[in-house]
Amino acid sequence: MTQYIARRLIALIPVMLGVSLVVFMLIRLIPGDPVIVMLGERARPEDIERVREEMGFNRPIYVQYAEWMGRIIRGDLGTSIINRTEVMDELKYRLSATIEMIVAGMIIGVIIGVSIGIISALRRNSWIDLTATFGALIGVSMPIYWLALILIYALAVNRQILPPSARIDANLNVTRHTGFMLIDTLLMGDLRLFGNAVWHLILPSFVLSTVIMPILARLTRASMLEVMRQDYVRTAEAKGLRSRTVVIRHALKNALLPIVTVVGLQLGGLLGGALLTETIFSWPGMGLWTYRAILSRDYPIVQGAVLVSATIYVVVNLLVDISYAYLDPRIRFSGG
Amino acid sequence: MMESSVKSDAAAERSRSLYRDAWRRLLSSWNGRVGLALIFITLVTGLGAPIVNPYDPTTDSNLVESRYPPSLQHPFGTDRLGRDLFRRVVHGTRISLLIGFVVVFVAGAIGTVLGLMAGYFGKATDTVIMRLMDILLAFPGILLAIAIVAVRGAGILNTIIAVAVVGIPGYARVVRSMVLSLRERDYVDAARMIGVSNTRIMFMHILPNSLSPIIVQMTLGVGGAILFAAALGFLGLGVQPPAPEWGAMISDGIPFLRQSPHLVFFPGMAIMLTVLGFNLLGDGLRDALDPQLRD
Repeated sequence: MTQYIARRLIALIPVMLGVSLVVFMLIRLIPGDPVIVMLGERARPEDIERVREEMGFNRPIYVQYAEWMGRIIRGDLGTSIINRTEVMDELKYRLSATIEMIVAGMIIGVIIGVSIGIISALRRNSWIDLTATFGALIGVSMPIYWLALILIYALAVNRQILPPSARIDANLNVTRHTGFMLIDTLLMGDLRLFGNAVWHLILPSFVLSTVIMPILARLTRASMLEVMRQDYVRTAEAKGLRSRTVVIRHALKNALLPIVTVVGLQLGGLLGGALLTETIFSWPGMGLWTYRAILSRDYPIVQGAVLVSATIYVVVNLLVDISYAYLDPRIRFSGG
Repeated sequence: MMESSVKSDAAAERSRSLYRDAWRRLLSSWNGRVGLALIFITLVTGLGAPIVNPYDPTTDSNLVESRYPPSLQHPFGTDRLGRDLFRRVVHGTRISLLIGFVVVFVAGAIGTVLGLMAGYFGKATDTVIMRLMDILLAFPGILLAIAIVAVRGAGILNTIIAVAVVGIPGYARVVRSMVLSLRERDYVDAARMIGVSNTRIMFMHILPNSLSPIIVQMTLGVGGAILFAAALGFLGLGVQPPAPEWGAMISDGIPFLRQSPHLVFFPGMAIMLTVLGFNLLGDGLRDALDPQLRD
């Protein structure tokens, strides 16, 4: 196992170097003078000179890359061109907002998606199964931002059942400890604040959950059908176990393995979905932040956010692979 | 000479009947039929729109009729500038289909060649190509596309480039895994032994036998590319107004969501039905081309 992890970690090095190179080159590939592109044509010469010096544009490119990498490794992502704030400081806050939404979305997606998949498999070819299959196809074909707007119209604008934006009501004050609204409100011991935060989280995280829900429903269905055919399930049935016990203890437990992997692998989709969801719900996370930085050409933020998102994605994929190898020994010995 | 031509005729007949069987299976499945019907409608709409109803988005506005609700005269209502939404949605089909097909063609071609090379040559070639693909895959797709557009600027060409770059690794991976399983086959060894060039082996012997998963991937890819491009348009980073791009039309309607939800509703439906068509067809093709996969 240690050997497998070591092999995977070594394979990660060239990928992360490549990722850093892509992110580094991002600004340098802009046609024209990147500093003028960032600051605009009418920028004062002293500002142009300052940013050029700050970003090291007047040194050879390999020196720039080495210096930039050195800073990144020390956890310094530079300063925002517009706000002059440290990218890293803001990132921590933004990241927690995004993680909160993604985790909530994952939980909702897994619960609903897996349940639908199980029911479809058990009632194969029934109207429930057909509806679920078609619903899943509609789910993957639907633009997530469009679904968000339709739900906002139905539940927040037309009837004020759920709030259309933000993490908590504007008149409420939450002391920031962890950056996670649910945890911070609980730490304050105020259930009303906690309830308000949950209230704001429902709609965005439900919308985000639709990124993985249809995929999980289809996969669970296929996986359950596969497992239900196995001898051990037949044995369990033959022993006279209750069908609920067979489904949950014998079938589902084995069907879950591929599902765990896919949840991890879908993180990229969730990060992308979060970007679109955040822009619609004015959710102050990484996505909205990156998007605004792109519009205002605040490239240090863009670089930092892209680099961190890619790193999270790569690390989570690695963790998924490792946990999978741990659960299924065939993988560690296949050299993959 | 004659004998070999007879043989190749027989081979051609076999492959023809393979695809003919697949086509028959596709037409007998509900997802294949519905998918083909949806795509047919979209194609006819997209190709027919300029003939039946020529459109110039720049001279179309009529502020007097701003944001009319759907009616007989304007089935989808009118937008902020009084433009007939039905007409814009119909003409938007052309943009989305163009992007979808070009992206799949470009990404599919590049990805296929990379996958063929990686799988066939193996060793260093494989490592270099697949590591490059891993690097591209390390970025969440939409983020990579946005970053590319942020650097190169908005517009239809850059949208195509951005979405295609995101799609390449998918094709490379599928093709590579097919090549790995085909490379050791006897007919490939035989071809190599009689001195057939590597390029010829890759493109004439291996590629035709790995077409099924590529066709499925490309069909699903058209839908994916349309969704992606619309997301870029929605964010204001894709095809620029006044071109009738579906994603941009949705974002155009957001400020009026309360009073005129039709501005958001119809372009979104158009995206969904088009993408649904390609997803259904892709699913149907997967079952039709490989009946063993069906559960």
